[in-house]
Amino acid sequence: MDMHGKLGHDRRRFLALTAAASSVPLLSACGAGFGGGDGKSDGSAADDVTGSFDWRRHQGTTVKALLNKHPYTDALIAELGTFTEKTGIKVEYDVFPEDNYFDKLTVDLSSGRASYDIFMLGAYMVWQYGPPGWLEDLGPWMRNESATGAEWDQNDFLPSLLEGTRWSLKAGAPLGRGGQYALPWGWEANVVAYNTEVFDKLGLRPAESFDELRELAGTIKRKAPGAGFDGMYGVAVRGSRSWATIHPGFMTMFSRYGLKDFTVDGESLKPAMNSPEAIGFTRDWAEMVKKGGPPSWTSYTWYQCSSDLGAKKAGMLFDADTAAYFQAVKGASPAAGNIAFHPGPKGPDGSLATNMWIWSLGMNAKSGKKSAAWLFLQWATGKEHLRKGAIEYNHIDPVRRSVSDDAAYRNKMKELPGFIETFEAVQDQTRIQFTPQEQFFDATTSWASALQEIYGGKSAGPVLNGLADDLAPKVG
Amino acid sequence: MDSSTEADHGAASADDAAVAGAPEKASAAEPGPRGRRGPGAERSVPAWRRSLRPYLLVVPALLLTGGILYPFGLGLYYTVFDFAASKPQPDLVGLENYRRIFTDSSFWDSAWVTVLYAVGAAVVETVLGVAVALLLHRSTLVGRVLEKVLILPLMIAPVIAAIIWKLMLQPSVGVVNHLLRPFGLGGVQWTDTPTGALLSSIAVDVWVYTPFVAILALAGLRSLPASPFEAAAVDGASWWFTFRKLTMPMLWPYVLVAVIFRFMDSLKVFDIIYALTEGGPGDSTVVLQIRAYLEAIRFQRYSFGLSYMIVLWAVVYLAAMVLVRYLGRIQNRAAEVPK
Repeated sequence: MDMHGKLGHDRRRFLALTAAASSVPLLSACGAGFGGGDGKSDGSAADDVTGSFDWRRHQGTTVKALLNKHPYTDALIAELGTFTEKTGIKVEYDVFPEDNYFDKLTVDLSSGRASYDIFMLGAYMVWQYGPPGWLEDLGPWMRNESATGAEWDQNDFLPSLLEGTRWSLKAGAPLGRGGQYALPWGWEANVVAYNTEVFDKLGLRPAESFDELRELAGTIKRKAPGAGFDGMYGVAVRGSRSWATIHPGFMTMFSRYGLKDFTVDGESLKPAMNSPEAIGFTRDWAEMVKKGGPPSWTSYTWYQCSSDLGAKKAGMLFDADTAAYFQAVKGASPAAGNIAFHPGPKGPDGSLATNMWIWSLGMNAKSGKKSAAWLFLQWATGKEHLRKGAIEYNHIDPVRRSVSDDAAYRNKMKELPGFIETFEAVQDQTRIQFTPQEQFFDATTSWASALQEIYGGKSAGPVLNGLADDLAPKVG
Repeated sequence: MDSSTEADHGAASADDAAVAGAPEKASAAEPGPRGRRGPGAERSVPAWRRSLRPYLLVVPALLLTGGILYPFGLGLYYTVFDFAASKPQPDLVGLENYRRIFTDSSFWDSAWVTVLYAVGAAVVETVLGVAVALLLHRSTLVGRVLEKVLILPLMIAPVIAAIIWKLMLQPSVGVVNHLLRPFGLGGVQWTDTPTGALLSSIAVDVWVYTPFVAILALAGLRSLPASPFEAAAVDGASWWFTFRKLTMPMLWPYVLVAVIFRFMDSLKVFDIIYALTEGGPGDSTVVLQIRAYLEAIRFQRYSFGLSYMIVLWAVVYLAAMVLVRYLGRIQNRAAEVPK
């Protein structure tokens, strides 16, 4: 017998069989579809909750939360014992710094696993996480009296905040319609905070128009170092190559000029950040940063902006009110006690349109513990916790009327010059000024990149036209 | 005859005899000396088990190969779809993703930046690494101390190194501008201009990886034969002549190994640039790896991001092939015995 021939034949057959066996999982994986397929049903798990409302319905259960490192989170973590005592539900959590937080959340949700039942997200993230079906629609839970206690009081939320996290998942469709994909938990209005010491010494007043703001920023950068504020520049604004650069001061002033990121025509979107007025505004903004902004602006995130105000390196900050608040509270920074708040420059028609950020809490659509997770969401966004967070911790800018009107909260905030007045001045015109659409992060990251190029000396017109050409097929 | 050799032969003969006489005594149940089974035991193993052995030996290799090829194949497979978070039920689009990549000017911009970065970093690291190795090879006490210090950057994760340098390069409070201030250069915006950002990124790469090249070059230097250098010294050859005609040609195969590693790694750079500049200002430091990351993770266009990664893989593979072939030629030439 030809052993060699037999073995050779067997070897070939063995390899063929092995290849066939190993290709089975490959083919099945391919056939199984992509990334944790949907499997969404039409009904909501909220419909399964019946009977009278009971906080202890799920005692003994453990839910997992993914949280961003933030003062709001500190208040939540400090009070988790209260929640466990009330419900018998344990909460395990992971906390990540903001630089990595959203990447971690995105990867986790896109994997289709339910590693976390609950997580923090911004309202813009609803536009990205909502369409693939990663977020639980909380509407049915809110409407089910068996699942939701009467004291939760949905009508106590500021309407614009609940609307900001409600969307129909259609690009360009206005917010406030469709599913409730997150609950507002804390919010931020973008206003101007300034160092009263340098303003007093140089005889300056907060700017009422964008022209004045640009002039003021340049003046501080030129004169403050000679007046005893070594290394101080005019205005801290974000500049890193990230979506986060566009949404605070830049988008606020952009909106006060009546400008739009996109125009909506039926179901199609058209980039509008290259309109002649937008080009002029963007050029002026870049000019302001050059003349009165921070050195190394292209790497500036809110952390640097905020700490520069606190360290007396920045005369003004045009960013979230909380970014200034965390520096302004007693003992928090060298500038604490000398930081005041102002609504910021008005638009040409007196507009105080302000872009807002809503820190929200959402539920994983793949969670296997939705009912327990909903109890947690109710507690975390409930009156009792939010009032305590606002008064005893730094969970400011309340999402509930009952908290913002609370005498103890108002007394606390009165210590900061202009805070309450600023808050009240912009509150009615503060909303999400972006057009909701799935490509938000691509569009705003590219926009930030364009802004950096204009700051670097390129002409605003061609850069923004190039940006619009690039974005049109993606969003259109 | 040497007595020890004789003794060895004697021992070998005894072993052979033992083997020859063993079949009747040995059995499968009784392990031979040092726990091994004897040839008799081998014969008692059923034929089907003996023929299965080669295949069992292949299993780990197959598993390893499968573990490498399966994710790669799946990644490649995804690139022919338009799979994205916004389109979880994708359509088959064939090579459309690749067509989009190659017709997109931003891909070519990224490719150019990637090549500039990789070539710049590899060249500077090679020159500096060899220079440092030569210095350490000549020194004694100082050399030994510096050797210990040299390895420190390699112990720091590149992303941490980039963050440290980001702080050091900060224009107003960074230590670099502070040190340059007496020379009138205290206001440099290191990462705020396209050229500055690219050069700063390369500088951080050089800081982290030059020791790697230096250590390999130093190991090479220490393994070179002493006689050619002694002959050169006797003939009164200058240092430069010896370096050009002896040291570098003999050292080059060692250095080339380091160059190949560094060049391939630099083509795939992500951490240093992302931590230092996030790809900015503008798109000036968006290398291919960052673009792939943004597409696949940040913007969740999975198929398109994967296509970028496959293109990058092809570039790295081709570059590695060329360099490894060159390395082979160099090593063969170095091994040739002069006739």
